[in-house]
Amino acid sequence: MNDMTPTREEREARLEGMGCKRKRVEDVRFTQGKGNYVDDVKLPGMLHGDFVRSPHAHARIKSINTEKALKIPGVLAVLTAETLKTVNLAWMPTLAGDVQMVLADGKVLFQNQEVAFVVATDRYTADDGINAVEVEYEPLPPLVDPFKSMNSDAQILREDIKDKKDGAHGPRKHPNHIFEWTVGDKDLTDAAFKKADVTIKELISYHRVHPSPLETCQCVCSFDKVKGELTIYGTFQAPHVIRTVVALIAKLPEQKIHVISPDIGGGFGNKVGAYPGYICAAVATIVTGKSVKWVEDRMENLTTTSFARDYHMTTEIAATKEGKVTGLRVHVLADHGAFDACADPSKWPAGFFNIVTGSYDFPAAHLTVDGVYTNKAPGGVAYRCSFRVTEAAYCIERGMDILAQKLGMDPAELRLKNFIKPEQFPYHSALGWEYDSGDYATAMKKAMETTQYAALRREQAAKREAFKRGETREIMGIGVSFFTEIVGAGPSKNCDILGIAMFDSCEIRMHPTGTGIARMGSKSQGQGHETTWAQIIATEIGIPADNIMVEEGNTDTAPYGLGTYGSRSTPVAGAAIAMAARKIKAKAQMIAAYKLEVHEDDLEWDIDGFRVKGLPEKFLGMKDICWIAYNSPPPGLEPGLEAVSYYDPPNMTYPFGAYICVMDIEVDTGVYKVRRFYALDDCGTRINPMIIEGQVHGGLTEAFAIAMGQEIHYDNEGNVLGGSFMDFFLPTAVETPHWETDFTVTPSPHHPIGAKGVGESPNVGGVPAFSNAVNDAFSFLGATHIQMPHDFWRNWKAAKQLGLIKDAAFAA
Amino acid sequence: MIPGQFQYYRPATTAEAIGLMAKLGDDARPLAGGHSLIPMMKLRLATPEHLVDLHGIASLKGIRREGDRIVIGAMTTQHDLLASDEIAKMLPILHETSLLIADPQVRYMGTIGGNVANGDPGNDMPALMMTLGATYHLEGQGGVRQVPAAEFYQGAYFTALEPGEILTAIAVPTPAANHGYAYEKLKRKIGDYATAAAAVVLTMSGGKVATCSIGLTNLSETALLADEAAKAVIGTSLDDASLKRAAAAAEAIMSPAGDGRGSPEYRKYVGGIMVIRALQHAAARAK
Repeated sequence: MNDMTPTREEREARLEGMGCKRKRVEDVRFTQGKGNYVDDVKLPGMLHGDFVRSPHAHARIKSINTEKALKIPGVLAVLTAETLKTVNLAWMPTLAGDVQMVLADGKVLFQNQEVAFVVATDRYTADDGINAVEVEYEPLPPLVDPFKSMNSDAQILREDIKDKKDGAHGPRKHPNHIFEWTVGDKDLTDAAFKKADVTIKELISYHRVHPSPLETCQCVCSFDKVKGELTIYGTFQAPHVIRTVVALIAKLPEQKIHVISPDIGGGFGNKVGAYPGYICAAVATIVTGKSVKWVEDRMENLTTTSFARDYHMTTEIAATKEGKVTGLRVHVLADHGAFDACADPSKWPAGFFNIVTGSYDFPAAHLTVDGVYTNKAPGGVAYRCSFRVTEAAYCIERGMDILAQKLGMDPAELRLKNFIKPEQFPYHSALGWEYDSGDYATAMKKAMETTQYAALRREQAAKREAFKRGETREIMGIGVSFFTEIVGAGPSKNCDILGIAMFDSCEIRMHPTGTGIARMGSKSQGQGHETTWAQIIATEIGIPADNIMVEEGNTDTAPYGLGTYGSRSTPVAGAAIAMAARKIKAKAQMIAAYKLEVHEDDLEWDIDGFRVKGLPEKFLGMKDICWIAYNSPPPGLEPGLEAVSYYDPPNMTYPFGAYICVMDIEVDTGVYKVRRFYALDDCGTRINPMIIEGQVHGGLTEAFAIAMGQEIHYDNEGNVLGGSFMDFFLPTAVETPHWETDFTVTPSPHHPIGAKGVGESPNVGGVPAFSNAVNDAFSFLGATHIQMPHDFWRNWKAAKQLGLIKDAAFAA
Repeated sequence: MIPGQFQYYRPATTAEAIGLMAKLGDDARPLAGGHSLIPMMKLRLATPEHLVDLHGIASLKGIRREGDRIVIGAMTTQHDLLASDEIAKMLPILHETSLLIADPQVRYMGTIGGNVANGDPGNDMPALMMTLGATYHLEGQGGVRQVPAAEFYQGAYFTALEPGEILTAIAVPTPAANHGYAYEKLKRKIGDYATAAAAVVLTMSGGKVATCSIGLTNLSETALLADEAAKAVIGTSLDDASLKRAAAAAEAIMSPAGDGRGSPEYRKYVGGIMVIRALQHAAARAK
């Protein structure tokens, strides 16, 4: 060996494989403003479409007059439900088995609902057209409160299905009822509650919020009449699913539909669903023969395309007086708005909410979810969480704190007492899941040690005494949250979207010079797939990550996949990459054996090539193997070096984490300060620690926003409030706390590289940590549960309700 | 979020701008920083047919001393105010308040004239100008009028500006060298209007308040001057009882709207707290 021969460490480092803090390759273009987003797509002669929207939450449409609009020079068409009926597209199927109006058909069911689609030569003219469309409404009483939706005198919202006794998920109890979903053993749970020493019961609401990605939903549709082909550029988190859905509802041959998701500016679940804008732009391009662009503005995005949460969870826990939990009973009233357009795997009307037993060993549990219609926008997407998992985590993590308070126990101690133990994995939960792996107590204890939890509690006790003595008007809260996520949807045995199994895919094609391209069924919206996917390949086949190009989003070139949401990319597509890479490696081994003149079994893998066991100088590197594979393969072996893998995961993955939040609240103004936020995440094998940290920072920031202010609120008339960034809390760098991140590593036993997914964990675990901190701050004053969001005003209201604010404070 | 059609003008002199405003009549609006008007136009809540952009008029920009007054051109941006040593030295409360307006991007465009002339109760400068005893220069075809800030505001978005008039400058009397000042603003986040805010300018003498004026932002249809609250602390050492009297007197004139920032009850309560804090903070700064 001479001095020029790289060491093992140098060879390893050159790969920038798994575990490397590799810089994000996509940022080269993003930081220079050279990304290519949907709104950058400008086709020759392209038209622009925009919506006439309803000012009413509930009204009958008496007439729509488009005459004046059509007289405006540049306005080429105005689509209404009547136009769409001619192509049988006035309604469209939803992912949840319901149907949804594309354009208002006879009535409107929520404020800002799409009523007509104006197509014009430019965006300004389209808006002029909107203002010229005359719609006559007959207002109807709005139904805003989901708790009143099934009253006998409740206004029937969905006249189209009012006589339908059965919905997509079984019998309906009321015309405004969508489904009832029950899981678990009722008798066993009832028995546990009968025997319990201690029980708690609380209505825990998770308010309506919105994913609010920086880039709104948008598309450009272009129909080629000669070829009969439809090309759709769109902000799609799942481009292949969109292609199949378009083929099914528009009755176009699937091979003639080209769906392209270019760079996407954040999705967070908002870009999973199919929206009226897509359908209208597609119809408009077919009608006009010209390309049509539709771009949502911010207010349209916040008020129409897919809210999240809106779950009202009546939570009961049974326990022994020593603090061992024995039963969990949850009833959820789920407000789905005007149509059931939840984006869940089709068989799961409440997503994976049955992960609600959390990280705890509940011997019995029973869950019922009732979905209802109200005069609000449809949606119910997984806003940076796996389907309804953040609602479940919030429910159980608040519940455990409430139980701790009742028992007079420390909330961390209560959790430690009830964790599923490492030896219980794979663990079968009372509500039907098989948890793959976990070491909860280790993570919790590490979090407590790092934050000096015991000292924080002592400080809090001293501050509480000082508050009682009137020496301070500030209270201190410590929020503990220990979450278990369920991600990686999912195994075909229980997960599909409209019948499409939820596998994912990867195709790797190596080039003769030792570089390659990997094409994926997933679709990054900012997650950094171009960086991390190449790292998996680098480690698996010994080609530097820099020499692997990753491509996603074009349905013509990418293998079929179900897209990116619900933290599924690493658990499913990440596995497909590893499996495809291993196929490459297997063929490479055959080539190496032939060239090195040994049997395959006499070779061992060594970082970036094969070595003959016991003969270290006999080595063939992957770069050389790529050349040989094309140009002089062994006799009888096909030339080329490429592989495809479709991965149907055997199980979900179950990331977990321990979060601790320390907050100070000034009772006189309600102003809070997050003094410290510590997040320990266990996402199994870590592919790129820097990207994980970025994911955790982003998810925590969204969790902070949700818990502390974000809300899509409706007044009694069904007017949507919070429809702009003035009122919808999107924290800036100034408001955002400092994040401390940490980790443990418990690999998934069934995943090829042991990775579990992390993108959504911080949102799932973060929201209860913040909310528990606020509730913990007020708990010594008698509060049991204060509803989110915990903005300044609500904190002050909580203080006032507890008698801490004197009405005549300023009277001398 | 797309505005309707309008004609755009960019005059080079004040006289030209005033001529245009007179000629174009009610359907014309002057355009300063645009941070209120342009969003209203995008929502088509404002639909002016003519926009007279004042950015081309050099004489409307700048900060100068005129005897015991500082005169600020209407098109001077909040960024210009923050960059001015003169302002930092002579009118530090204006520096402090400018920093609390929105964010740097907005402050590069947002002007002091637009901020005070629009009559938006959420804007920070009107209460401050009332507190400082500023006078607005209003120029129209009839000539120049000088209107005290305290008499300018008539209701939300209603001011003493006559049709065709443009606010050209703001004259602020230089506060005493030993004055104390504070602008206390409670807001939900960077970029938001005040949930409640209070401006205080005072002087101290022998440990007691000698002079004091207090202004309130976003706690009524217009900015308010809290005279009774100021009187309540003059001659006191800002003991607890005096502070509470001042807060109570300030609260008595507040009538905030309820919105996402809070109920009227909450906003009045924290309005009182902002008054107390601004008084304490100002007193601590007085020499």
